[in-house]
This record gives sequence, structure tokens and C-alpha cells, in this order.
Amino acid sequence: MSKLSSGPVSSFDSLDGLFDEIDPNGDMSLPSDIKMDRRSFLKVSGVLGAGFVLAFSLMEKANATSSADRPKFNTYIRISPEGSIFIFSKNPEVGQGIKTSMPMIIAEELDADWSDVIVEQSPINEKLFGRQNAGGSRSIASNWDIMRQAGAAARHMLIEAAAIEWCVPANECTTVKSHVLHVRTHQKISYGKLASKAATLPIPPENILKLKDSRDYKILGKRITGVDNHALVTGQPMFGIDKVLPGMLYAVYEKCPAVGGTVDSANLDEIRKLSGVKHVFILEGNGNVMELKPGVAIVATSTWAALQAKRQLKVIWDESSASKDSWSSLVKQALVLKKNPAEKILHEKGSVDIAMQKGEKSLDALYSFHFAAHATLEPQNCTAWYQKGSVEVWAPTQSPGRALTSVANLLGIGDDKVTIHQERAGGGFGRRLVNDPACEAVAISKRINAPVKLQWTREDDMAHDFYRTGGFHSFKGGIEADGKIGFLEDHLITFSHNGEKPVIAGAPRQPSRVFPAQLINNFRLSQSLLPLKTTCGLMRAPESNTTAWAVQSFLHELAVAAGTDHLEFLLELMGKPEWFPPKNQYGLHTGRAANVIKLAAEKAGWAKQRPTGRGLGLAFHFSHAGYFAEVAEVSVSASKRVTVHNVTVAADIGRVINLSGAENQCQGSIIDGLSTMLGLEITMEEGRIQQSNFDTYPLLRMSEAPNVDVHFIQGDSPPTGAGEPALPPLAPAVCNAIYAASAHRVRTLPITKEGFST
Amino acid sequence: MTDHHLNINGKPHVVEGVEDSTPLLWILRDALGLLGTKYGCGIGSCGACTIHVDGIPIRSCSFPISAVDGKEIRTIEGLASKDGTLHALQQAWIESDVAQCGYCQAGQLMSAAALLDASPNPSDSDIDDAMQGNYCRCGTYKRIKSAIHLAADSLSGRVGKS
Repeated sequence: MSKLSSGPVSSFDSLDGLFDEIDPNGDMSLPSDIKMDRRSFLKVSGVLGAGFVLAFSLMEKANATSSADRPKFNTYIRISPEGSIFIFSKNPEVGQGIKTSMPMIIAEELDADWSDVIVEQSPINEKLFGRQNAGGSRSIASNWDIMRQAGAAARHMLIEAAAIEWCVPANECTTVKSHVLHVRTHQKISYGKLASKAATLPIPPENILKLKDSRDYKILGKRITGVDNHALVTGQPMFGIDKVLPGMLYAVYEKCPAVGGTVDSANLDEIRKLSGVKHVFILEGNGNVMELKPGVAIVATSTWAALQAKRQLKVIWDESSASKDSWSSLVKQALVLKKNPAEKILHEKGSVDIAMQKGEKSLDALYSFHFAAHATLEPQNCTAWYQKGSVEVWAPTQSPGRALTSVANLLGIGDDKVTIHQERAGGGFGRRLVNDPACEAVAISKRINAPVKLQWTREDDMAHDFYRTGGFHSFKGGIEADGKIGFLEDHLITFSHNGEKPVIAGAPRQPSRVFPAQLINNFRLSQSLLPLKTTCGLMRAPESNTTAWAVQSFLHELAVAAGTDHLEFLLELMGKPEWFPPKNQYGLHTGRAANVIKLAAEKAGWAKQRPTGRGLGLAFHFSHAGYFAEVAEVSVSASKRVTVHNVTVAADIGRVINLSGAENQCQGSIIDGLSTMLGLEITMEEGRIQQSNFDTYPLLRMSEAPNVDVHFIQGDSPPTGAGEPALPPLAPAVCNAIYAASAHRVRTLPITKEGFST
Repeated sequence: MTDHHLNINGKPHVVEGVEDSTPLLWILRDALGLLGTKYGCGIGSCGACTIHVDGIPIRSCSFPISAVDGKEIRTIEGLASKDGTLHALQQAWIESDVAQCGYCQAGQLMSAAALLDASPNPSDSDIDDAMQGNYCRCGTYKRIKSAIHLAADSLSGRVGKS
């Protein structure tokens, strides 16, 4: 393939760092051993008037074993003498509900009355708190044991304090709703009254702490409403976009519509004369697409004045090194590559070539999927104030720690000169793992030496995303005489910025762990690359969100070819219950997989006959250590109009922490996945993104939203994340249902490409 | 450039020296510090900026200030009573745990409030129609719909208020 030219868009390697941040294992799974020496992470203190403070550290690195890797004390439980229980939440809240769910775990073991709990958002300080991010659906699983132990240790110390107060044996005392009780002497005292005394007691050793039996849970697994709900429904300013500083100016920033373009010239003198405009200037960019691209900044006295001036701005771009990407051309090139041998084999087991020769039936099919944008409802923005060599940043970001590093790097100042304030973000979905808006805001503030709020328009947001990559799966599959899968080959055609590595999330990072490689004797995953400059990024359930569609649709094709019911076919594929890899409780367990598949089918009424034109589709996927099977019920009219009536979700994410929050995440993932597959598409021509606002990128609206029922299987497995794994099976479930209803196999997304409408 | 006299949530405001075509959204947010109303698209497509003008839900990102002189404007900050008692919709939103990121919810609540003012006992299809202009990128539509029914029941006395 042709070598890509180097130039202003050559700094894509840093995009890989995004994955390292949220997925250190490289397979969206979790490590099998996430235990930690407890003695080193608990510290008690009693500050005068503050009551009881138990500080502890939540895991940052899954495998932190040496003291150097270990995070400092970064979270605490504080019980005031008045009885309020403060629990620190250190990670960004972007709608995933972490600010409510993590403190619930501590409160449960503490035996707190949830109404006494006040959740405090922690400041951003990587040295103190370790990594602070929202991504990868890992926070709950990684911190489950530690949070429970911290809550139990605090409860133990409060009981000890009461026992001393009452001169009774501690083992006769119990707790209920933020109080210690001694039943025999009818005594009861609040945690608040015990706080100062408890703070003087030693931390109990781990071996005497008894964690609650799950049958006694009063908070975990219940429907707990979000801690910020009241503030949200009364319109309080909580989001990044709401930040206001004294003397603040308002900025917009125009970048080349084709990534890699630089500013040749612009009508700066005309813009400077416009009403409300205070400054207009060119920024060169720092050569890193994740930090500062070149562009023209306009700073004005109000957002509207800045937006008006932006409309008058005329920039002549130097596009000599800019993207010339064309989606229509890439599709044609992929069709050629499909016919050639793959450039590289990523994973092979057994022998596909031998199996291919003796197979009874074989199929081949090309699946193609589109680029997509995150389209967070709060457009990108950031507020910054550069003063005398230091900068303060108010950023709605999923990765504030990374924002700090990026800003320090851009300005060439030490990390200690950068303060990041964590603002609530109006949606993330992976977009806000990149902090380009923060870099732009600080560069503008430094230039004008004043506080500034940078506001991207919706059009900016859509033109300068880090897109979910499109791509192609060219499958070959064989069915043996007994109806089982003889072989499966997946030739993945994806993209590369440098001609060597796939774009981020373009190919699996651990190919041997990608479902269903584990379960098929003769399997081959190979890859070919097409050159691309369009910036790619991570989007909710990265890589899984497209692979699951292609693989689960093709498995259905194989089931149809074998003449086997899809439910039976999937259960047969799962085989006997076992772990892949063995003994890894966060790996794939085929028994748990089979259980969610059976449950989804049962709840959706799989066996019940549907009228003509209406059908059910089933799909399963395993990602983020979560098992999800989904059944879609779909009607297709003679004019190819698709109506999705119901989606049934069966999930095993271990023990559910917040039933309301987890259900909301699953329902939202279904709507998100549906919105993207039904008609959203990012295309590019001459390097320019063709969609600009919601008129050309229309999200799903309420009237198109199906009913979504969510069913959890809750065994004794530890909890895992709920934010992402519900999304991947949705698209194949719907496409398999379209086949059931219409006998039309969808092999291109969005489905509008195949003539369907909604 | 003219002065505009606005009545917002029952309070008079004078906004001096702005162009007649300035969208109300930016007056609320930048000039008056009423930040609950959100910017989402600027073309009246997403509904995040929904407010009431004389009781009618409008998209403030595309509604010029010159069109609201002397009219009653209501924003999310004015949905609860002055004493802080929440509107039945706000109460239902909290109880139903509707929000995920929450960014669209002020606009959703304003559209829903206008619906219940006009149609105290809406059907699912009435709700679909009234809420069609409001995106929820997080996909909380099912909960929005059930919260509207819950609020309607509460307002009509079919269930006890909490």
C-alpha cells in the first residue's frame, strides 16, 4: 500500500495512549487478580471539629503491586459530628452514574442511612488521586473489594467506639441506618455522635472484618436515584458550558475542514471591526491533532458576537498536507482488497484452509459499516484562565488527568502550573477522552491574557470529532454435515494512519480473545489496511460495537444455512460451561453466556410465531467482562420501512450495584446503538466531513424509540461495568430480526444504505 | 441596537444595546446568567434550549429577542414555585431517575410542562408528539415518558403527592 506522507497530521501515535488509559489489558477485559494489600491503603484521622475521617485509596492500575505504583490515599469517608456522611467521588461524571454507584458500595458496608450520605466531587490531582477518568467500564469492578472493606472498617471502628462508650462487648453491638445499637440495654447512638471517638481508635486488621451477606443488603441492588437529580431538574449550572469567570470573554475557533490543513491567510482586519469582537488571530497549532490544530481564534464580548463574526470569517487554507479522504473511494478500494489475500494474519487456530476444502456448505459475505460521530449533546467547550505562567482550566472531560498533561505539554509548563477543574459533562461516549478543546482554550487565553470560554458550534463538533471508524469484514464460513461450524475466516479491512498499525479501535488488540475465536476449531482473523487521515477515536464499546454486528449477523447466516434455529445454534456454539481463558473470572464463561441467551429468548417469547412481516432477531456479545444477549422484535413493510417494537436485554454483569442506574445504562445503550445503525452516517469527501448538524445527522427521537426491557442475572460473580457492553449486540439483533421479517440480509450499515427507512 | 424589556420567570429585566436578531438563548445565558437553558445545535433541532413564551414551548436558540418584548418568558429556573416547591414534573423526574448526563433535561422538562398545561392527561402518542423536538442523546426516552405520566397522575390527584 502507499506510504502516507508525514506532516501536520503525523502525530497520530498518541491516539493509542487513549486505549492504554481505559484498557491496559488490551482486550476490554479485567485482570483476574485485582487484590491489594489492605493495610497500606487505610488511614484514619480525626481533625478537630471534622469528626471521623477514614482515608483510603481506590485502585488506579489494576496490577499495582509495588509501593511505587500504589496510589496515594485518594478517597475518604468523613462523618461529621452532626451525622452527615461525606463520601468522595474522584472520577468524572458524564452520565454513567458513577457519582451515585461507587459511594453506594461504601455506604452499604458502613450500614449508612443513604439519606445521610453527601457525595463530594474530588479535585483533579493525578499525584494524589492517580488516574481520574471515565472510560472502559472498569471503575466498579476494580474497586469493589476495596470500597467494601473501607466501609466495613469504618463501621467496625464506630461499633468499637460505642462499645467503649457503653462499657459493653463490641460483639454484642449491631448497626442500622447510621446508628449503633445495643439491644440488651436498649441503647442507640448515631454515627455522628461516635465520630470523634472512633477517629482515635486503631484501624482493624483485615481478618476480623466481616463483609455483609448479600441477603442483608439495603442499598446495593436497589433503585437509588442519582445524587445530582435535584440540581439537574432545577437547571442549576453544573456543566462545563455553564462556567462563568469575572471579566470572561467568549471565543470560537475555526479549523480547516480537512484535517491537516493550515491557515494560509484570513480576513482578520474585517473581523476585527465587527461588533463585539475584541481579538482575532491565527494559532499555528503544535502538530498534535489531539492537542492544538492550526486555526483562527475570534474572541468577543458574548458567545453570539463571536458566532456572528465566525460566519463572516473567510480563511484560505493551505491543504497541501491535508486529508483528501473520500469514503466512496475507500469503499471501492476495499472491494478490491477483499479479493486479495490479507496483508497480515492476526490470529489463527486449527486450519481454515483444510477445513475449507472438506466443508459441506460454505458461505462468503462482505459486511461494511460506516464512520460515526459521538455527537455529545453538550458541544465541546472549555473555560481557561492563563495568568503569569500558570493556567486554570474548567473542562467537561472524561480524562481530566490527561487534560492536565496535554495542556502542560502544549504550553511548555510544568504539571504543577496547571489546575484542572472537573466539570460535569453533557455526555461523553468516548469523545471527551481527547482534550483538544482544553488545549485550544488555554492557547487562546494565553494569547489574550484574559479568562475565556471557548465554545464549539455543533458544526465544529461534527467536523472535528475523533470518529468511530468504519470498516469491512469479509467472511468465509463453513458448515459441516452435522450442522456445526467447520471453519470461520474474517478478513478485516480497516484503516491506518501510518501504513503499519490499524487506526485506534480498527482491529482487536488481543485477537485470540475476540468472540467467537475461542469456540471455533478452525478460525482465522486477518487484516488489510487502507490509508486514512480522518481522525479516529474511541466510541462506546470500541471495536466491539462494530465487530459484534458483523460476526453475530454472519453467525445467523451460518445458522440459516445449517437449517438450525438461531437460539439452538448459539447454545450449541457455547458448548459446555467453561472459562476462556481458564480460571479468569473476568474472561468468557460459556455457561454464563448460554444463560443470558436463554433468558433473552424466553423473555422475548422466542418460540411464539409472529405474523408475516414481523420477526425476532437474536444476538450475543461479551465485552467489558459483561454478558449480553438481546432480542429485537421488528416489522418490515413492503416498502422496506422498519419499525423496532421491542428490545429484550438479558445481562450478566455480576452483582448489580444500582438497579436504576444499570437499567438506565442498558436502555440508553440500546437507543444509542439503534440511532447509529438506523441512519446516522459520517462520510468524507476531499477530506471534509459531509455532515454538519442534526439536520444531516439526525439522532433517534422519542417516537422511534422501542420499548426496552432489561433483565439481569445476578449470581455471586463480582460486579462489572454497565456503561458499554449492552450496546454491541443491538445492531445484529435488529438486522437478524429484519431477516426474519423480510428475508433480506443487511450487510451494510446504516440500514438506509440498503434501502430501508424508519 | 436597542433596549429590550423582558419578563422572565415573573421578574422584569432590561437588556441594553443588543441587536434585534440576537437569539434569546444567548441573552439568557451570557447577559442574564440564566444558565439552565442549554445550547445544543443552534438550528432548533435538538430542543435543549426549549423555554416558554406566553406558555408556548419555543427553541430559544432560533428565537430573536425582538419577538419577546412584553411577553412572559419562563425558563427551567422558573419551573418550580418561588418557595422552592418543585413542579410535579421535576418531582417525577427525580423519582423516576430519568437523567443520565442530564444536559437535555431542562429542555425536556419545559416541553413536558407545556404539554401538561395544554393536555393534563396525555396519551403515549400525545407525549411522542409533544416531545418529538427534544433529543436525549443518552436515550432516556422511556423514563421521560413514564415520568410525564407520573406527573400527570400526580397533578390530577390520581396518586398522592409525596
